[in-house]
Amino acid sequence: MQHNLTLPIDHATARTFRVGDVLFLSGTLFTARDQAHALMLDLHASGESLPFDPSQMAMFHCGPVVSKHADGWKVVAAGPTTSIRMESMEDQFLRLFRPPIIIGKGGMGDRTSAALQAVGSVYTQYTGGAGALAAQRIESINRVEWLDSLGMTEAVWLLQARQFGPLLVTMDAAGGNLYKDLDRIIAENVKAAIARIETA
Amino acid sequence: MTSMTIQEALRTALKQAATSLPQDVVAALRAARARETSTMAATQLDAILENVAIAQSGGIPLCQDTGIQTFFVKAGFDSPFLKELTGWITQAVTEATGEIPLRPNTVDPLTGENPGDNTGRFMPSIHWDLVDGDDVVITLLPKGGGSENMSALKMLSPSVGLKGIKKVVVEHIASCRGWPCPPTIIGIGIGGGADTALTLGKKAVLRKIGSQNPIPEAATLEKELFDLVNSIGVGAMGVGGDTTCLAVHVEVAHRHPASLPLGILVQCWADRRARVHLHADGSAEVLD
Repeated sequence: MQHNLTLPIDHATARTFRVGDVLFLSGTLFTARDQAHALMLDLHASGESLPFDPSQMAMFHCGPVVSKHADGWKVVAAGPTTSIRMESMEDQFLRLFRPPIIIGKGGMGDRTSAALQAVGSVYTQYTGGAGALAAQRIESINRVEWLDSLGMTEAVWLLQARQFGPLLVTMDAAGGNLYKDLDRIIAENVKAAIARIETA
Repeated sequence: MTSMTIQEALRTALKQAATSLPQDVVAALRAARARETSTMAATQLDAILENVAIAQSGGIPLCQDTGIQTFFVKAGFDSPFLKELTGWITQAVTEATGEIPLRPNTVDPLTGENPGDNTGRFMPSIHWDLVDGDDVVITLLPKGGGSENMSALKMLSPSVGLKGIKKVVVEHIASCRGWPCPPTIIGIGIGGGADTALTLGKKAVLRKIGSQNPIPEAATLEKELFDLVNSIGVGAMGVGGDTTCLAVHVEVAHRHPASLPLGILVQCWADRRARVHLHADGSAEVLD
C-alpha cells in the first residue's frame, strides 16, 4: 500500500504502516549518522535540549554532498548510508527523541526493532545510491547543526522534502521485519546452492 | 572522441564517472528490472534507473558517496609523461572535488583529520602496470565505502579446491545481504599472495559486464558463480528478489602450494568507471 504523507505525523499513524508499504514524505527530514547520534545522546545526558524536535520529523541516515551558494546551502546528492552502524545507539535514540520514521538502508537489529514497537515508529529503506533522485526531492536546506564540529558528512542537516521516496517499510511497529523473514529464505537458498556445488 | 589536454581529460573522466553509468551497466540494470518478479525489488530497481537518468541529465553525482578515487594506470614504458602522471591525477582529484562537487572522503586513520580534497597519504589510490609502447590508459573507479566494506580476503586451504571457493563466495555474498547495495558486480581474485588476490579482484570489477575471462576454466567458474549467487534471493538492495549480482568476474594468478588466497571484491550497482587515453604527443581522450 502506498501512503503520501505530510510531516509531522503521530505515532498512532506510524503504527498502521506495515512491511511492504511504500511511503512518500513531504516535510522536514533530519540527517544523522554515527557521530550525530553520539553527540545528541551526549547532549541529552548532560541535561541539554536539542535545537530541534526530532519527533516532528523523519530521521534520515545520510551523509549528503552539499554545496554553498550565495543564497545558502544546496543538496547535491543525498542517498542513505548503512543503518546497522547506528544499531548500538538507535534504541536509546528512538526512546528519547521519538522520530516516527527512520530512513536508511540495509535494516537494523533486534534492539532497534524492540524500540520501534515500544515507541510506535517504522524503519524504511530508501534505495541505496539513489543520491540524485533524493536531491531532486529535497527543496531546500532549512538549517544545519554542528557543521563546524562534525563536518559536512556527519553534521545534522534539516532538509525540506517533497514527495521523498519511494521509502519501503521493512521494519514496522507491530514487529514485522522483512530482514528476519529473508534470513530464513536466504538460509534455505544457500543450503540448496551448497548442495548443488557438492553434487556437481 | 574529442581530443583534449590530459588535465581536461582527467577532470572530464572524474565528472563522467561520478555522474553517469557506463552503457553496459545501465543495460544490465534494465534487464534485471525486466525479469524481476518481486514487487519490492522492482521498486528498488525503478528508483535506481530513475536516479541514473536524473544524475546523467543534471550532471550531478549518482550517489552521495562519491567514493575513494581509484586509478589503474597502464603506462607505456616509452611515454614521455611517466614522471608527471601522479601529480596530474592528484591535481585533477583536488579540482574535481570542488567543481563537481565530490564528497571529501579521505580521512587520516589515526587522527580523523580530513584534508577536504580527496587526497592524502596514498590517496588518490593509483595502481601501476608498465606495458610496451608510448601510450597511457588510465581507468578510474570511484569506489564507494558501503560496498568496499563487504570485500573480503579468505586464505583457504588448497585442499578445498574449486568447490570450496564456490561455497565461500556464495556464503559470503549471502552474508552481505543488502549492505553493498546490490545488484552488485563481484570481482574474484584467486591465487597469488593475499595482496595479489585482492588486487586481481579489484581489477576484475573494472571489466565490462558481459566480458569473459579468456581462460576457459575461469570463464566456466564465472558463469557458475553468477548462477549460484543469483539463486540465493538477496535481491536488489537486499529486499529479496531475483537479481543479487549483475556479473561475476574472475581473475587468476599462480599460487604457493600451501596457500589458496581468495579475494572477493564487491562493487555496488553504481559501477562508475571512466577511461582516459593519453598519447605520446600529449593529446588525450576520455573513452567511456
